[in-house]
Amino acid sequence: MKTAFMTKLRSNKALKSNLITFGMVIIAYILMEILMAAGVLSNLLKGLLVPLCVYAILAVSLNLTVGILGELSLGHAGFMCVGAFSSAFFSKCMQEAIPIAGVRFTLAILIGALCAGLFGILIGIPVLRLKGDYLAIVTLAFGEIIKNLVNILYIGIDENGFHFSTKSSLELNMSENGKIIIQGAQGITGTPNDSGFTVGILLLLITLFIVLNLIHSRDGRAIMAIRDNTIAAESVGINITKYKLMAFSISAALAGVAGVLYAHNISTLTALPKNFGYNMSIMILVFVVLGGVGNIRGSIIAAVILTLLPELLRGLNDYRMLIYAVVLIAMMLFNWAPSCIRWREKMTYWLKSKKPVKNSGKEA
Amino acid sequence: MSFVKYLISGISLGSVYALIALGYTMVYGIAKMLNFAHGDVIMIGAFTTYTICSTLGMSPAVGVLAAVVLCTLLGMGIEKVAYKPLRKASSPLAVLITAIGVSYLLQNVALLIFGANTKAFASVVSFPALELAGGAISVTGETIVTILSCIAIMICLMIFIKKTKAGQAMLAVSEDKGAAQLMGINVNGTIALTFAIGSALAAIAGVLLCSAYPSLNPYTGSMPGIKAFVAAVFGGIGSIPGAFIGGILLGIIEIFAKAYISSQVADAIVFAVLIVVLLIKPTGILGRNIQEKV
Repeated sequence: MKTAFMTKLRSNKALKSNLITFGMVIIAYILMEILMAAGVLSNLLKGLLVPLCVYAILAVSLNLTVGILGELSLGHAGFMCVGAFSSAFFSKCMQEAIPIAGVRFTLAILIGALCAGLFGILIGIPVLRLKGDYLAIVTLAFGEIIKNLVNILYIGIDENGFHFSTKSSLELNMSENGKIIIQGAQGITGTPNDSGFTVGILLLLITLFIVLNLIHSRDGRAIMAIRDNTIAAESVGINITKYKLMAFSISAALAGVAGVLYAHNISTLTALPKNFGYNMSIMILVFVVLGGVGNIRGSIIAAVILTLLPELLRGLNDYRMLIYAVVLIAMMLFNWAPSCIRWREKMTYWLKSKKPVKNSGKEA
Repeated sequence: MSFVKYLISGISLGSVYALIALGYTMVYGIAKMLNFAHGDVIMIGAFTTYTICSTLGMSPAVGVLAAVVLCTLLGMGIEKVAYKPLRKASSPLAVLITAIGVSYLLQNVALLIFGANTKAFASVVSFPALELAGGAISVTGETIVTILSCIAIMICLMIFIKKTKAGQAMLAVSEDKGAAQLMGINVNGTIALTFAIGSALAAIAGVLLCSAYPSLNPYTGSMPGIKAFVAAVFGGIGSIPGAFIGGILLGIIEIFAKAYISSQVADAIVFAVLIVVLLIKPTGILGRNIQEKV
């Protein structure tokens, strides 16, 4: 049995690569748990563990749109916003009705994913007709619209049911024992803190499972065919709209899941430019591009490194974001500039030719 | 009467967007890249004028001139160091992310030098307000200067592109880089010139924007930058008259939305109009539709 598995593993490159990705996440989880148990981890790092999972899920889900579908989306934070608010709304309403945190959180995840996925389909139908930079700006616009609308939304509940308003909490016309759930720009306060590092890692693994399986399936190959040449894909009978929408809505739903995780990790959920604006969408895009477009494992690594980098540079105070920016530019130039790529090739060749015995592998 | 007042302030805001959008659209037309750092060049321009006029106490003319010169050099420098090496990169995303990096860099440099506090920008315009319709409508000097300078710059730019060799070279490079090079056009020089003009316009836009809305901090440029980008797409990215029309329309829509609907959702309405326009005309108002072939 074991040998059969090993031969299959050796022959199946994709399976091997997937297992490495899963293994990497699990090892990182175990390592962190050990460090936490040993008490080595600072409070700052402990607080970062769930956000790291959030960003990793976001990066993987955006990579599905940018890397696999090949469309530039700048509105990913909008889907995260939808997932975060719908699930936090649900958890807040059901706090008494469903006392078991696990059940409530599972339902919240499903609702967050469903709502974000629905928005993905609604936005995807018009947006995916556009191409390239036009598509990018429209997704950015949708993201900003979602953020803006959430900021003016007031929802309260009393014995007569839900009350909606877009003006102020006073206009809800609620009875005396009514409860305001979403309070405009002040957002949702007191969302039950149901998430945690373990839950985050589980969600990341599920996200990876969904995305990696999709990529290596018939549907995934159809999506990549559309990315490589839309007209050629159409001519061999691939339904462009269906597969584009499929990738886009799955990507949106997964971003929603990240939003659920985010919402249930903080006590006050507000839609600020910082967390759900285009800056956030751009930050996720930076993870994806730096990790390698279409490379799922790279997205996770880049998300972790780029989230930790500003925190690790905290000792440098005011200079940390400056250094972050310089490192970002330098990494992009080093990775992508044709002259840098040539120089790197030259250097590796030079290093190999200088130490031919050591690097040939004959000694080992 | 209030309608006319809103219309005028809309055109004024739109003129600023148009100036920024011109820079966006020229750079996009020629380098095929979204220069996300453009909004931050605006902020640098405004800070330069602020330093020279308010801190050093020199005349506004010197301040504006210094801002234009500094931003021109800055734009060329950014192009040379950060964008030029990536021009032949295998993915167009590489230069986009680098532009985002440059944007972070400029914001944080400004943050280090000037701090995060919002500064009160002293207007560079010492022009009396104009009373129209028997004093019912008052048009500020800033508004007049903004609208007039936008129109003047627009006309100069059109003449420059139509009548001069450098302008024709720009058109040629944006049409086909390889063919332009074969015709003996200095492609690198032309792209650098485009960045220089775009950044100079950004500096002027920054000064005008902060004269009309006198609050300045390191993030001042980012939202107008995004809005101007929207304006450029709105008018058809790559088209110079398109950027002008897009900018003016966007300004008017934004002010009307703020005045008649709600100031909280004004941005949402601006973006919604953009989406509707793009769905009806996928390449913007004046954009050209290019048929894709296999």
